[in-house]
Amino acid sequence: MSSLLNTSRPPVFCPGCSHDRITHALDKAFLNLGFQGEDVVIVTDIGCSGLFDTFFNTHAFHGLHGRALTYATGLKMAHPELNVIVTMGDGGLGIGGAHILSACRRNLDLTLLVLNNFNFGMTGGQFSATTPLNALVGSGFLNRMERPIDVCQVASSAGAPYAKRFSSYAKNLVEEMENAIRFEGFSILDIWGICPGRYTKRNRLTPKTIEDTLAKMPSMKNPVPENLRKEYGRHYRELAAHQKPVQRPTTIERQFTPPEAGRKEVIILGSAGQRIITAGEILCLAGLAAGLQTTQKNEYNITVLRGHSITEVILSPEEIGYTGIERPDVVLALSQDGVERRRHIFENLDDQSLIILGKEIDLPPCNAEVHPIDFKALKIKPHDRALASLGILAKLSRIIHPDMLESAIKYKFRSAVLASAQDMVERAKIG
Amino acid sequence: MGFCLMEGNEAMAWGAVDSGCRFFAGYPITPATTIFNALLKLLPPLGGICLQGEDEIASIGYCLGASMGGLKVMTATSGPGISLYSEHISFAIGSEIPIVIVDVQRLGPSTGSATRGADGDIQFLRWGNSGGLPVIVLAPVDVKDCYSLTVEAFNLAEEFRCPVFIASNKEIAMTRENIDMDAFGIPRIIDRSSPPPGRPFIPFEVPSDSRTPYFLPIGGRTIVRQTSSTHGPDGYITTDSDEIAGIQDRLNTKLLSAVAEFSFHESFPEEDADTLLLAYGITGRAGRDAYNALKKSGKPVSLLILKTLWPVPEELIREKAGPVNRVVVVEMNLGQYVREIERILPDKKIDFLGRMDGKLITPRQIEEVVFDV
Ligand code: SF4
Repeated sequence: MSSLLNTSRPPVFCPGCSHDRITHALDKAFLNLGFQGEDVVIVTDIGCSGLFDTFFNTHAFHGLHGRALTYATGLKMAHPELNVIVTMGDGGLGIGGAHILSACRRNLDLTLLVLNNFNFGMTGGQFSATTPLNALVGSGFLNRMERPIDVCQVASSAGAPYAKRFSSYAKNLVEEMENAIRFEGFSILDIWGICPGRYTKRNRLTPKTIEDTLAKMPSMKNPVPENLRKEYGRHYRELAAHQKPVQRPTTIERQFTPPEAGRKEVIILGSAGQRIITAGEILCLAGLAAGLQTTQKNEYNITVLRGHSITEVILSPEEIGYTGIERPDVVLALSQDGVERRRHIFENLDDQSLIILGKEIDLPPCNAEVHPIDFKALKIKPHDRALASLGILAKLSRIIHPDMLESAIKYKFRSAVLASAQDMVERAKIG
Repeated sequence: MGFCLMEGNEAMAWGAVDSGCRFFAGYPITPATTIFNALLKLLPPLGGICLQGEDEIASIGYCLGASMGGLKVMTATSGPGISLYSEHISFAIGSEIPIVIVDVQRLGPSTGSATRGADGDIQFLRWGNSGGLPVIVLAPVDVKDCYSLTVEAFNLAEEFRCPVFIASNKEIAMTRENIDMDAFGIPRIIDRSSPPPGRPFIPFEVPSDSRTPYFLPIGGRTIVRQTSSTHGPDGYITTDSDEIAGIQDRLNTKLLSAVAEFSFHESFPEEDADTLLLAYGITGRAGRDAYNALKKSGKPVSLLILKTLWPVPEELIREKAGPVNRVVVVEMNLGQYVREIERILPDKKIDFLGRMDGKLITPRQIEEVVFDV
């Protein structure tokens, strides 16, 4: 077994940079774990820590600042056996905050090394999410107002089962890395280091002061007992294995001849909860049973339980181009909300158009033939009125006939729901 | 022959699965959400993976990782999400990562109107990347196209190792339509090509007869490097300006030189026509109705419905516009693709009809513009 360091691309960090120690420690950890280059992918982002992938003869994926965990997630899901090591600075940590939190919550088996040197080194020593309030940095006074985060506390409260902080000068650095890599689940290592190129030019930080500060930090148990749980990938595959395969959609063969020739347009004007969209679908299915082409467009409020609900259905023996409806052949006016929403269409209607109207609804003046229905008297509840209106339409032999409707209902519903739908269609009487 | 009833988004999910897509990551966003819903049902039982990202940046990031792991991947979003994808789109272009990206367009700008359609992202899809290198954008007209162009999108992404966009629209994506799924048959599937064995693998080395590098997955037995930085064939950063120029030129020409091979369209030429109607997406359907009506009334126009928007199929457009003096471009925005038509047909009279109020352009409106010469 030999080093995985890339001899043709030796590390190029500033003299005294603690990244250099981490590079060599990581290589030793790989060696101790018996990894070959193809067993590992090093995923990096931007900054000095983003150079890591080039120093190793392993798979490598280098991407955008703060986003390394996102690529790592895709890679690990695609290759569960691959050891995915992510390096990131404290800069990338802040930029990719949402990704850190969700990696902790998810617990996919990734190892994240946060090379925490308290500033954006490469770009000029600006402050990061871990810069102390009193540090002198490249962002002027701005860091004095923003509290640094404790990476491990944030991670463990977000659910990371393994979150450890230590110094890049720790004697057991290699062992710490090995343990984290071996851990099956998301592990995040907050590795404190020194950036002589930028940070320690104006701030005092030595291996000793790092050690002293770390000693004063709240201690943490690792693995974090309350966060121990199934690894995400394993869990995902377990649950996925229980998902039922989806059948390819079944086709409806032409069995009937429609009662009327040519393109027909229907608008159903209702309210949320009236099963307007389902009624529209049934109308489409009835059309398919007569070999017609069809389109259905829906309109409803974002708050789905309130306000208007409208569906527009076209049935045609020819291919349907334009899917809008200017002058519907039939309007089912089932709620005042729906009618108000499409007030303008009524003036387009002539005596060829039919309106099936809930008796209590006010209609704008129009020339259409109107069939008022007293749904209340028929004991048809609001949520059944759209379906019942299709029953009326079928009985009038307008656009569909009862056999088309019956076949659509049978296609759409099963058992009890089917029986009640059939009952509803039956109960609907022409007023 | 029979039909089933399906919305465009669902047809795309089937198209993806039939193309061999085994990884989807997305984020709920109207009007694209039902693609995610459908793939969440379809993929896991097939051993595929469907993830909900913490945001759009993560969703496409997962996809880039999984694609480099060797899976065929797709993500889907709408305007606000496609904006967030931008940095990763640039990555996929420059680092040649195959991915299918669906933009179910809504009326913009910004969060705009989540449930109103538009074709307002057409130039954004082309230029919404840093570096400005070309991309492929396909535009479906109906539910059938949602299926078959998705298959084409995967094949193109694999063949050219690039992001391929599908510029859908709420009006296609969420409109249910009859579709004969059996009529498609078993689709022709293209997979990214592996290098011939027996030679050291160089991640971005290009075979002599192609402009697209061979692919090996990260996680396989051969070490693979991927990087978002400007790189040489070995996948390491390069500062050699000749090498850089060569790579940029290759990324540019690999698509521009090949567009004739994938210039999807429908063409309805009329011999006596002096006007060519040019439309795409949902507007292509109103175009077809207008074309039929005008033909019936004895004032025929020719019609070209483009389904490949980028790279601009210039050869095709020049050929179809050859016999006419006037081109009427109709699109569901305030004038985006018409710029390309003006650019490539400087000698023709170009008229424009657009609309951006959440309503469909009607066949009648098109007829009026054509008549009103
Ligand atoms: S700038 Fe800082 S982090 Fe970067 S190499 Fe130099 S010392 Fe190391």
